[in-house]
Amino acid sequence: MTADLSIRNLARDFGAFRALDNVSLDIAASEFIVLLGPSGCGKTTLLSILGGFLAPSSGSVLIGGRDVTRLPPARRPTTTMFQDYALFPHMTVQDNVAFGLRMRGIAKPERRDKANSFLELVGLRDAWAKKPHELSGGQRQRVALARALAVDPDVLLLDEPLGALDLKLRRQMQDELKAIQKRVGTTFIHVTHDQEEAMAIADRIVVMNRGRIEDVGTPAEIYRRPRSLFSAGFMGEANFVPATVKEIRGSEAEVDTALGPLVLPLSAFATEPRGAGQKVTLCIRPEHLRLQPEDGAAALGQARVVTSAFFGTHHRCRLESRSGTELIAHLPQQAEVAAGRGLELWLARDQVVALAPG
Amino acid sequence: MRHLANLLAALYAGLVYLFIFLPVAMLVLFSFQDGGLPVPPLNGLTLRWYEAILADRKLMAALSNSLLVAVFSSAVACLLGFLAAYALARYRLPASALLRGLIVAPMTVSTLIIGLGLLSVLNAAGLRLSLATIGIGHVVINLPLCFAVIYASMGAHQVNIERAARDLGANDWQVMVLVTAPMLMPSILAAFFLSVTFSWDEFIVAFLLSRFDVTLPIEIWNLLRSGLDPKTNAIGSIVFLISVACLVVLELTVLRRTGKSP
Amino acid sequence: MPVTATDLERAEIRKGWALALPALLWTLFFFVVPFGYMAALSFWTREGRRIVATWTLDNYIAFFEKAHLFKGLVVSLEITAVVTVISVLIAYPLAWIIAEKVPRRWQRFALVMAVLPFWTSYVVRSYSWLLVLSEGGVVNQALMALGLIGEPLELSANRIGTIIGFVHFFVMLLTLTIYANLIQLSPNYRRAAADLGANAFQTFWHIVLPLTLPGIMVGAFLTFVLCIGDYITPQILGGNNELALPQVIMLQLGRRADFPMAAALSIVLMAIVTLAYLACARWLRMERA
Repeated sequence: MTADLSIRNLARDFGAFRALDNVSLDIAASEFIVLLGPSGCGKTTLLSILGGFLAPSSGSVLIGGRDVTRLPPARRPTTTMFQDYALFPHMTVQDNVAFGLRMRGIAKPERRDKANSFLELVGLRDAWAKKPHELSGGQRQRVALARALAVDPDVLLLDEPLGALDLKLRRQMQDELKAIQKRVGTTFIHVTHDQEEAMAIADRIVVMNRGRIEDVGTPAEIYRRPRSLFSAGFMGEANFVPATVKEIRGSEAEVDTALGPLVLPLSAFATEPRGAGQKVTLCIRPEHLRLQPEDGAAALGQARVVTSAFFGTHHRCRLESRSGTELIAHLPQQAEVAAGRGLELWLARDQVVALAPG
Repeated sequence: MRHLANLLAALYAGLVYLFIFLPVAMLVLFSFQDGGLPVPPLNGLTLRWYEAILADRKLMAALSNSLLVAVFSSAVACLLGFLAAYALARYRLPASALLRGLIVAPMTVSTLIIGLGLLSVLNAAGLRLSLATIGIGHVVINLPLCFAVIYASMGAHQVNIERAARDLGANDWQVMVLVTAPMLMPSILAAFFLSVTFSWDEFIVAFLLSRFDVTLPIEIWNLLRSGLDPKTNAIGSIVFLISVACLVVLELTVLRRTGKSP
Repeated sequence: MPVTATDLERAEIRKGWALALPALLWTLFFFVVPFGYMAALSFWTREGRRIVATWTLDNYIAFFEKAHLFKGLVVSLEITAVVTVISVLIAYPLAWIIAEKVPRRWQRFALVMAVLPFWTSYVVRSYSWLLVLSEGGVVNQALMALGLIGEPLELSANRIGTIIGFVHFFVMLLTLTIYANLIQLSPNYRRAAADLGANAFQTFWHIVLPLTLPGIMVGAFLTFVLCIGDYITPQILGGNNELALPQVIMLQLGRRADFPMAAALSIVLMAIVTLAYLACARWLRMERA
């Protein structure tokens, strides 16, 4: 089953340390939400509170409209998939998956069948008689998933479940998690520090830092239109260039930067510019720097290649602009980018985002 | 409901702790008994039993014998255990599993049997019993433990440190003495202290393998023949106090410094 | 002359042997040889003060035939079984309470306190129980003062005294081992069980107990081995009416100086311990499968 989730003004202190600071978030039913952030940002604390393993210092959690803040894990409509899977080592796979059903007093034949159907869902039907230590890491993870889903929770909480897997397996599991979530329809809340993983599976990403929510949105929204410096820098590479607003003209604004004057559409500004003299930081992604003038591109003049590395689909280059500013650029595969070479640089103006300076 | 459960738990724990401490509490309390029998009622407090202990030559001799045997036999057990652990962990010896099993084997045999075996052999060979024979028996008992503790702490990650030392020019002895031994000092010390504890308190092997010079447990045993006596309480309390003091010292120094937890 | 790889290998192996030899020789001379000699002794007899080295099963036959010898084994087994069961039943809840109910910062202290009397000399500890359990001892006097009994109970110089003395020791030992076992258990197991709907009792019954059972088994085995081979506690607290096997062994030595008989009884003791070890090992292996 599934339900929506509402987090209202959640805070959690550990002594003098504020792990969560006034966090509010609304999650729709059947959404796949990813809590993304560096270690210590509070994402795991938030997950523990949602699961009922930790009590908040203040604030409330509502699931399906019901206040569950004071309910223990056993009575919440949530189940958690732990980072180390926590499969019961002395039980078979089938007994592990059926455990929650057994706790609900369901008779043996019924719960066996239900367990088997969930094992089928994760592709481990034939391993029902094995013990956890006989399984590989990826298989254990699937059993943990089946076990958590077998009790039909409204919300499934996943605590960095893919961290222990190698890259190839991780990518495979990401696809499978997404597919399974679509099939069962349960709301998934997934914690990770890997922004690539977040972008691969999330319907919406919640970027967290230092106990606060920095940004919320679809992967495309957050990547293309980040709302803070932290969010911009965390989602991918970015060149942060300080700028000052010079003049606002209709639907455009002219800014002074170290790269020269630029005219940006007002939509580029995260918050509406107030007027001349306002300081902003421009977020220019490496792929926004071009070698050819395209429609609307601004000319940045000559730049020199300092170093360059070939990444298959592109060259990642360190450039020095005319004015001495260092820029990271992703230049096309076929470009000539030997060190020391001079290039004409253009900027895709409509992709730039102007953020409040940090 | 939860409070009731906690109350019951506290009650249970309290009763068990009472059971655990009862004999020791009585032991210490009645070592001050101003009277002939170390049982209630407590007539008054006196230190005369402690004075009697300190004046008792045989007891004091037994105490120093215990210390001697404990320290020496533990040192030997640690040395042999360290060398054997080093050999079996760092060198590829044939049938090493068998050799390890052999060194550890005495742990599986009751100390009564170890003592009996040694006694039979010593008798058959016509050798005299002394503190030295007690020491030999204690090394047999403690060597498996020292070996096991030190061997378990010789991990693969230390091999590279030793290789680095060799790379920089150290020969085998230097590596063992200047690099390995200091690295393993926590385990070696732990093994040493454990052995001292066992040896200090060990009765049956000491009983079987001694003649005139005895260790403290044997002397206390002799005291027991005279029935219930506050003097026995006094020496028992002293032994307890010394052990606890050593434990406290151990806890504050060795364990604190290496940041270990039990 | 160039040193070949096998030369180096052989030199290395020789060095290894040199280091291991002291411990191996010590074990050989002071354990294996005496043990072998004792095993041989068990098949010999004595004449007066001399040992007659003729091979015979007389000692073992005597053990099965003579009631006072065989009884020693029966007494030891009965006492050991009772002590093991009672000690586990008392120690497990205590270890559980320390691991679960005591706040983390105080756990080490609680554990040390539970084990402190361990550090009295073993002889002194048994003597202390003699004090406490004797006719004029604190238990009898307290019970009489409370009016619960009219005459002092016979709690020492009999099997009850021996059992109490043993249980005291092994409750401390088992509390230590069971506690170590309990805290090793990943807290996520309990969280997962709770998450899936188990209440406190169900979590304990289905998860904690089965997972700590191997540890209990090992502790129980240790208790068995130490208890059945102990001379001191039954000698101090057991009285004269019945003797445990170690006491019977020592008796052969004392007045009669019958080394062969003592050796035979020791081998019987070892055989019992070995059987217990095999049973325990088999059970542990089946648990693992």
